[in-house]
Amino acid sequence: MTDTKKQLTAQDFTSSQEVKWCPGCGDHAVLQQLKNAMADLELKTEEVVFVSGIGCSSRLPYYVATYGVHGIHGRAMAIGSGLKAARPDLSVWIATGDGDALSIGGNHYIHTIRRNLDMNVILFNNEIYGLTKGQYSPTSKVGLKTVTSPNGVVDYPMNTLALTLGSGGTFVARVLDRDGKFMREIFKRAAKHSGTSVVEIYQNCPIYNDGAFGVFTDRDRKADTTVYLEQGKPLVFGKENNKGIKLDGFTPVVVDLNDSSVSKDDLWIHDEKDKLKANILADFFDDPDTKEDYLPRPIGIFYVEDRFTYEEALDAQIAQAQAGGEGSLEELLAGPSTWTIK
Amino acid sequence: MSESTILNNENMVTSKTSVSVLFAGDSGDGMQLTGTQFANTVAVYGSDLNTFPNFPSEIRAPAGTIAGVSGFQLQFGSKAVYTPGAKFDVMVAMNAAALKANLNNLHHGGIILANTDGFDEKNLKLAGYGEDNNPLEDGTVKDYTVFEIPVVSLTRKALADTGLSTKNIDRCKNMFVLGTLYWLYSLPIETTIETLRTKFKKKADVAEANIMAVKAGYNFGDETEMFSQHGRYEVDPATQKPGHYRRVTGNEASALALGAAAKKAGIQLFLGSYPITPASEILQELSKMKKWGVKTFQAEDEIAGVLTSIGASYGGALAATNTAGPGLALKSEALGLAVILEVPLVVVNVQRGGPSTGLPTKPEQSDLFISMFGRHGDAPLPVIAATSPVDCFYATYEAAKIAVEYMTPVICLTDGYLGLSSEPMLIPAPKDLADITPKYVKERKPEDPPYLPYKRDEKGVREWAIPGTKGLEHRIGGLEKSHETGTVSHVPENHELMTKLRAEKIERVIDLVPDQTIDNGNEEGDLLVLGWGSTYGAIKIAVEQAIEGGCNVSHAHVRYLNPLPENLGDILGKFKKVLMPENNNGQLIHIIRDKYQIEPIGFSKVQGLPFNEMEIEAKITDILKEL
Repeated sequence: MTDTKKQLTAQDFTSSQEVKWCPGCGDHAVLQQLKNAMADLELKTEEVVFVSGIGCSSRLPYYVATYGVHGIHGRAMAIGSGLKAARPDLSVWIATGDGDALSIGGNHYIHTIRRNLDMNVILFNNEIYGLTKGQYSPTSKVGLKTVTSPNGVVDYPMNTLALTLGSGGTFVARVLDRDGKFMREIFKRAAKHSGTSVVEIYQNCPIYNDGAFGVFTDRDRKADTTVYLEQGKPLVFGKENNKGIKLDGFTPVVVDLNDSSVSKDDLWIHDEKDKLKANILADFFDDPDTKEDYLPRPIGIFYVEDRFTYEEALDAQIAQAQAGGEGSLEELLAGPSTWTIK
Repeated sequence: MSESTILNNENMVTSKTSVSVLFAGDSGDGMQLTGTQFANTVAVYGSDLNTFPNFPSEIRAPAGTIAGVSGFQLQFGSKAVYTPGAKFDVMVAMNAAALKANLNNLHHGGIILANTDGFDEKNLKLAGYGEDNNPLEDGTVKDYTVFEIPVVSLTRKALADTGLSTKNIDRCKNMFVLGTLYWLYSLPIETTIETLRTKFKKKADVAEANIMAVKAGYNFGDETEMFSQHGRYEVDPATQKPGHYRRVTGNEASALALGAAAKKAGIQLFLGSYPITPASEILQELSKMKKWGVKTFQAEDEIAGVLTSIGASYGGALAATNTAGPGLALKSEALGLAVILEVPLVVVNVQRGGPSTGLPTKPEQSDLFISMFGRHGDAPLPVIAATSPVDCFYATYEAAKIAVEYMTPVICLTDGYLGLSSEPMLIPAPKDLADITPKYVKERKPEDPPYLPYKRDEKGVREWAIPGTKGLEHRIGGLEKSHETGTVSHVPENHELMTKLRAEKIERVIDLVPDQTIDNGNEEGDLLVLGWGSTYGAIKIAVEQAIEGGCNVSHAHVRYLNPLPENLGDILGKFKKVLMPENNNGQLIHIIRDKYQIEPIGFSKVQGLPFNEMEIEAKITDILKEL
């Protein structure tokens, strides 16, 4: 009938700007899946705002046909928080990277997460500074040789999701840039979550850190190095789904499902509402290339918590203060105590 | 003097045009409350007044020591009062430390009301007086009129039957002194009694005890022979414009202005802020304005304080942030973003002594340079400076109007002196406040021409497109953008064009800047004292007195620092010399010298203290002697 009734497609979320990311960059896939997810969610272009900081991924707002603010380095979370607090009716999405969110913007990141404004944080983690041409980032692996670490990185890398959980995150997930459909579904879950959702994307930078996540994404290794989290399902992985994880007290142990002494019933059942388990999962942070008895890297939704959002609480206070009617300008100017000169 | 005269106090009343009073005691003695009560009483009585609190930066400095002295100064009078008084006429000293810390600012021959119970051996030692050097006895105060009152003992006696503990009774001692002071200045005690009843609504016994103390102090004045030689004073009410009044500090006034501007513009107010001395009261006040729909956001740092506001501004709110020097430095990059985005933003910067942490609790005017030039790139923005606590209201309100109507960040400069000082404010009627008109863009249909985010009107101002509006979806950012379309552009000529367009827009704010006026004195002459900001009161009095003394001197005070009033150059040209007192090492003087090619005489005071009128008057006299 009218345009408003027509459901938008991914194409409707595509701006006229030419996408300037490098060929082969993981960002392209993320952009496409974001547009798909927004179409699936039946969002309207005018109600969506993309906010970003500085970095390759922070160019994303220019490529979507919604409202958008390309901010300054590290501050996307702050800009988004102010926007959402002032305008809870908008759908606010933050595009940020490992340098933007975790290094220069680290303070805003942790405080935004604890406040739990209803925003969706898309955290492009490529373990490198791309836009400034290849310096190491706070998530780069120890030993990585870059232009600023010719002898190898000596900074210990940040565990993004452990930090996110520690900051009071209420929706914590990780995806791989190569898992298009999976990513799309996670984005939709993240958007539907009331509160700050964080989706960390292992995103390949083909120019400065190519193959950084190859150990998790290469077809022949992926099955043994990653474990996909499914609500209510046991943690099973491996090429022949032959490996499982069980908890020995608080210690996760990889078990061989072909071993007759191992029962499937003993396996860890994923429960995204269990914060203790989510914390243990976030600590699955081994590098399969350097550690023999490694734990696989979890992919999917680690944790979901239903908690009040900042803007709900603030609006409730305002509503309460205005229960007897909104204050007038006269009343404001007069203040609580006055006197009269005749 | 005969007995009958003593008993008939009415014959012993001396009339004064203005009096400056200092309440000084330990930070636990309730001096701020006492001073506030006195201020409210004289305000309701009809005096003009100006107050200034002076408290230690330590929250709980050791009791009885100099560091723990808390003071509240006020001046009230039957004519216009512009400052809390360079020196005070009366000092209430609740202990030895309070006397020691403030005696040098008491006028020669001034009055001391000394609580002798605060001058015992222990207090003398804590104040750093020797055991045998009680200043009340050793000649230290021989040049002053001293009334020695055992306040604690008298309060205990008066409140003996209340059944309250000694500790609680002692807490009322400040009210006793207040009562005595009301007697001495022939002031009514009713305002305070009413306030105490309201304040302690749920603790009737405490309210009554405090009221008894006020009355006891007042009656003490009547009964004692102590004041017999001196008598009482009275200060007539001032001739003030009729109307309803309230008392505001500068920070309260700034907060009120933001709330009022948003209401007047019909949009939501959002304040992103981080606590900092001496600006925090603005956040505190606005956090109480939820009934008016005000949203405050206490951010994790100064940077987030301003950036949450920029986000809210993009969302269509009247967005503001408040800060002081170090915070303004941290906000520099974000202010550059606001300049290039061209979104409305009000920054209220309550200046304090710098650089770095500097003198956090002391006022200074040293953030003019950072306000004018403290951003990378060519990033001009309007700057306005308040001249008095009440003017903090008008200056902040005007900053909001400019921000919204010119789509730009605006810095409103106040300082710790204005922020914490108070004076009566004639409450404006809503209709008397200037209209504030946001330039919102209306919804567009697909067949309409596309929305151009950086298309400008005749003033060079772009429109405000609010997310949620159909057909206006647009992306803006810190990257340079094409003229009109707003898309990212690295074209050299475009950058130059946009730089100039942004600068021209700020220059056009001149349309809202009233012509500079001469505040006092002739339109031309030998000497113009050119001030800005909180030096207004001191310069006002100094020039007034110098003119009375026959000097050829005038006073002009600049409120708009960027852009400067159009006729300022003409005014400067009509004087042989220009004197520029500044509470900094010379900042506006550089701007004036640069713009008007004149050589003003600088006069700096960088002590974390405001100028007093005597210093400025002496300078005026010196300069005129050499002419």
